[in-house]
Amino acid sequence: MSLFPVGLYHFLILAAVLFVLGLFTMLTRKNAIAVLMGIELILNAANINFVAFTRYGGVNLGGQMTAIFVIVMAACEAAVALAIVLNLYRRSQTVSVVDANKLRD
Amino acid sequence: MNDLILISLVALGLPLVAFVLVIFNQKALADRAHLISTPAIAFSLVLSLYVAWMKLKGLPLTTFEWSMDWIQFGTLPGYGPLKITVGVLLDNITAILMVVVTSVSFLVHIFSSEYMKLDSRYARYFAYLGLFTAAMMGVILVNNFFGLYMCWELVGFTSYLLIGHWYEQTGPQLASKKAFITNRIGDAVMWMGILLLFTEFHTFNYREIFALIYQGLPITFSIFGLSPETTLTVAGLLLFSGAIAKSAQFPLHVWLPDAMEGPTPVSALIHAATMVAAGVYFTARIFPLLTGDAMLIVSCIGGFTALLAATIAITQTDIKRVLAYSTVSQLGLMIMSIGAGAVAAGLFHLVTHAAFKACLFLGAGSVIHAIHRAQHGTADSELDAQDMRNMGGLLKKMPITGWSFIVATLAISGLPLLAGFMSKDEILAGVTAYGKLQSTMQHSVESQPFYIDHNAIAILLPFVGGIVTILTAFYMWRQVFLVFFGVPREVSLFERIRESSRVMTVPIVVLAALCLWIWYGPNPLAPESGWFLKKWVRTSAQVIPPQTAPTYAIVPQVLATDDATHEEPEVSPASSPIPSSQTTSTLDRLPQMPHQLALEAERHTVAPIVGEVAIGSALFGLLLAWLLYMLRPGVASTIGRKLGPLYRFSLRGWYIDEIYEIAVVAPFLFVARGLAWVDDRVVDGLVNATARTTVLLSRVVGWFDRYIVDGIVTLVGATVQFLGLMTRSLQTGRIQTYLAWVVASVVTLFVVIHYVVLAKP
Repeated sequence: MSLFPVGLYHFLILAAVLFVLGLFTMLTRKNAIAVLMGIELILNAANINFVAFTRYGGVNLGGQMTAIFVIVMAACEAAVALAIVLNLYRRSQTVSVVDANKLRD
Repeated sequence: MNDLILISLVALGLPLVAFVLVIFNQKALADRAHLISTPAIAFSLVLSLYVAWMKLKGLPLTTFEWSMDWIQFGTLPGYGPLKITVGVLLDNITAILMVVVTSVSFLVHIFSSEYMKLDSRYARYFAYLGLFTAAMMGVILVNNFFGLYMCWELVGFTSYLLIGHWYEQTGPQLASKKAFITNRIGDAVMWMGILLLFTEFHTFNYREIFALIYQGLPITFSIFGLSPETTLTVAGLLLFSGAIAKSAQFPLHVWLPDAMEGPTPVSALIHAATMVAAGVYFTARIFPLLTGDAMLIVSCIGGFTALLAATIAITQTDIKRVLAYSTVSQLGLMIMSIGAGAVAAGLFHLVTHAAFKACLFLGAGSVIHAIHRAQHGTADSELDAQDMRNMGGLLKKMPITGWSFIVATLAISGLPLLAGFMSKDEILAGVTAYGKLQSTMQHSVESQPFYIDHNAIAILLPFVGGIVTILTAFYMWRQVFLVFFGVPREVSLFERIRESSRVMTVPIVVLAALCLWIWYGPNPLAPESGWFLKKWVRTSAQVIPPQTAPTYAIVPQVLATDDATHEEPEVSPASSPIPSSQTTSTLDRLPQMPHQLALEAERHTVAPIVGEVAIGSALFGLLLAWLLYMLRPGVASTIGRKLGPLYRFSLRGWYIDEIYEIAVVAPFLFVARGLAWVDDRVVDGLVNATARTTVLLSRVVGWFDRYIVDGIVTLVGATVQFLGLMTRSLQTGRIQTYLAWVVASVVTLFVVIHYVVLAKP
């Protein structure tokens, strides 16, 4: 019996905080790399949720497995996204998502 | 194909070739057109003479026929192959008429080359003469109704063209139209008759039809429920209608006097010698199928026409109109003769009439031409060159024309030593025999109440013949006395008149020579012994059913012997519907029917008396004319004044033109005007109303289209554009804006689902 018994809600709150931080990063930062980092935060918030739900109510290790898939996918996404950002930089000498608006018109 | 038939076809083809050559080279030939036309017709005349010589001298009893399939209609169920054939029938009368047509045409060609010299349409005139000659040869050569009808229309058409030769003037315009329309009426009825026969017998060939009728009338031969016998009468009369129009018989005679508006040589060729005689020829051709009733009607129409025209001719003052009415009268005599069963006599008169009437017309043309020349450039040019009252004493100035004219006049008035006497005598004998027998005919239907013996009218025919003979002599000699004798009435004009040139007088003299008796028989007083009637032309045997033939009380002796030797037809009526060439060839050996033999015998009995009466009447007419116009020149006009109404009645042609004007033309025009009004107002009105309604409807539809349909479309477009404008600002191109919207949407969606959709009631 601890003073603050750690339960499912704690994890969910943590994941929510992380998600909001990631979203805030994505919405506010102009740097494309920072936006990518926001995405990583959001993915990890989802991972925490997966693992937490499995730990507190799951039957098998589906959540953990999914978390590992998400991490792999995040790695792939990071590789592709960074390649795009690198190309963007090469073409327009900037990594600002505000300036990359050529598709607008 | 027989050689003679081939030569005949060449004789027909030559004028046709001349026509084609001239009509397409009018400009190039101009006033040299006769150099093509005249040799062509001359050669045609030579060939015709050869054919006639070979036929009449060598093979007078053979009839040549040649046919060729023209149009195949396929097979008719229950009959066999149905087709139209064309071909040539060459018998004696055909051979003779070929010579008549080509010789008159040749002489007219020569005459015209002088008469029409200064005409602006000289080449076209000769081209039409050639076409006419070819068509006329077609009429006499062809062996079937179909070909005949084609040529028949062609001669009518060329007649129309030549009457209207001077179409700039109103007279020829109206006259050509009148001739054409009047002929159309008769021809349409004639075509009905031809089709009536074709419907039953499936052939147009004359001799095949005769052979089929001879085999017995089928019960199916009927129109309007009439019996086959009555239908045969109707068919004969329908066919005869064509002759009524073409040969200017009452009631369709009105076109011929007006046709004198054409050039005078044309009047000689077409409206005196050949085309108008085509009707007589055709009536003679169809004579074998004329029943007793049809014969009576034909002869009565002929007789009435002869009398009518003769009474009109005695008061006419135009030199050509006298001759025109004389032609109508003479044609009436021929038709009367054929109706009375004296076919050979009618054809004989047709040939002699061609000679003397062509001579008279060319003589008149010569006189008119001479007067025109005399008038040229003088004060007298206002005078009517055709009015006999401006002539007189011309024999001194124009002896050749004058004497030829007198010879032809002697012929037409029927005085001995001339051809006209022989043929007219025969006609009168035939008609007298017919009148005598027909009017005393025995009837099986006399017991019926209110029965009128229509045959009794036949007794009038011989008297008509006699009166016409007197009148003919009278009006012809009146013309001769007015034109060639007495004192000149226009002295200044008379002084300048000169005889026409040889090109014109030679044809007249030749025709006058042809009026002499010697060409037709050795004895001028005995026409029966002449080679025309004795050797060349016989009245063809009739093929009508015996019950439709007239039954005469007198049975001639000759009949009994003939009956014994008379061979029965080999083909029984029902066995073969298609006539073989063998059946048609038996037609030549067909014996004449009993009533024909009776007429023949009676004719021999009455001939001597009739001959004397004929000479007497002719002399009486001559004497009367001499009295009124030579001995007492003023008396005629006094008599004319005394008999005012009668005189005008005759002068105006029995007011027949006026009657037609009121009874036919005016109602016709009235109906036409009514129809035009209907067309103009009602039909056009309907069309216009429809158009207006359509325009109105279109306006409404257009408005609807413009404002409603287009409005909807525009509204849709505008809405889309508006929405586009509204949502355009959302498309910033900034990824974070989109993300913000996504987040907002998800949050909104979450709130809505949670508090609205999933809210517990």
